[in-house]
Amino acid sequence: MMRISCPLIDGPATSAAQDACGLRELGVGGAPVDSFPLPAVQDIDSFEREVVEYVKPNHGTTTLGFIFQGGVIIAVDSRASQGSYISSQTVKKVIEINPYLLGTMAGGAADCQFWERNLGRQCRLYELANGKRITVRGASKLLANTMFSYRGMGLSMGTMVAGWDEAGPGLYYVDSDGQRTKGKLFSVGSGSLYAYGVLDEGYRWDLSVEEAVELGLRSIYHATFRDAASGGTVSVYHVTQEGWTKVRGEDVGELHFRFYPDPAKHPCNSVDPLAV
Amino acid sequence: MSIFEYNGSAIVAMAGKECVAIGSDLRFGVQLQTLATDYKKIYKIHDQLFLGLAGLGTDAETLSQRFAFKHNLYRLREERDIKPSAFGQMVSATLYERRFGPYFCQPVIAGLEPDGTPYLCGMDSIGAQETAKDFMVAGTATDSLLGICESLWRPDLGPEELFETVSQALLSGQDRDCLAGWGAVVYVITKDKVIARTLKGRMD
Repeated sequence: MMRISCPLIDGPATSAAQDACGLRELGVGGAPVDSFPLPAVQDIDSFEREVVEYVKPNHGTTTLGFIFQGGVIIAVDSRASQGSYISSQTVKKVIEINPYLLGTMAGGAADCQFWERNLGRQCRLYELANGKRITVRGASKLLANTMFSYRGMGLSMGTMVAGWDEAGPGLYYVDSDGQRTKGKLFSVGSGSLYAYGVLDEGYRWDLSVEEAVELGLRSIYHATFRDAASGGTVSVYHVTQEGWTKVRGEDVGELHFRFYPDPAKHPCNSVDPLAV
Repeated sequence: MSIFEYNGSAIVAMAGKECVAIGSDLRFGVQLQTLATDYKKIYKIHDQLFLGLAGLGTDAETLSQRFAFKHNLYRLREERDIKPSAFGQMVSATLYERRFGPYFCQPVIAGLEPDGTPYLCGMDSIGAQETAKDFMVAGTATDSLLGICESLWRPDLGPEELFETVSQALLSGQDRDCLAGWGAVVYVITKDKVIARTLKGRMD
């Protein structure tokens, strides 16, 4: 079996002294998952490129997250598409890692679900081993290390890890290239540019919680309007010292007509469709 | 990505009892980016004949103008409106003229013949005609539209029932397609009038 050996990155050393609790046996650091069988082919790069075409991942998405005076806001849409076909309008794109940590999903649905669940497991085992919660910095680094160890093998993920720890609110962007960036404001996915447009215009540090939730909601709504691959419902999460809560979940079908009650007044409608 | 899916479209036409209906979505986009939501794909040829053009927007515009022009010449020479079945032949022949460099459009024709019987037909981009007694679909949402039409359509629907059926089929069908939707228009053609209505749909 082929595997890249990176002991420093892969996780805790295996010596018995460093494993007093026997956690290695339980699989801390991802032992059972970090050795997938590889296909027996000559050129794995071009093979994986072809395989990705068959496993057409969920590419259309809009997700965003930002830190402000009142904590962290995470907002996402809920559409999954395969090519131009909408395969679901009710996808859960926020993965609840633990009561203080959230992960968002953009790119391959299976990759995000699996690796963020795996991150949840690693975080729980860290808690058991150290008797305290993992930091957002630590959790995002665990995920980034996993991503780096599979670099070039066709994983597709663009995710934000958000949460609250002793350092306060935390927000990191982690992707399948192995990039990991700390920041105050991110948007990821095919609709991210549209979301950034609204978000940058409306963002202030001293936003009230209500205003911040509304800003997240409005940014995702505008992205679902312009981006054909985003839609469904908008979900908004708020993270504070007490952990995360889901604050909003609204159907875009109804949201549009709340923002624009009169279709004739919408800027995208300039001619009467009935005029022949 | 196919050039037929560059702008996105959904068209449905259905036959009823002495009436036909045709409807389309209102989105105009460039790949995944939605640019306008007031772009219908249905063109009126005369009071009893409507043409739907799915596919590439620029070619649909050109074709609709060429067909309007041809129908004007027909009227000048014949001093009457063209029959839907004759118009179908004309569209087919016009498309086949470009056999080796086609317009990237799929037409759907819906009209009433002079004796009041419904006429429905669809075509591929080089004019292979397919007439139907029940319904015809075209565009990027054809898979889901066909499914819903198969289950909703019944023979001999009256104008109002037909309107409801086409509307429900169109809205449900386009809700499963990324590239079509953002509202819809439906026209029901009867012997003495045309019912034209816009539909409120999901805007995502």
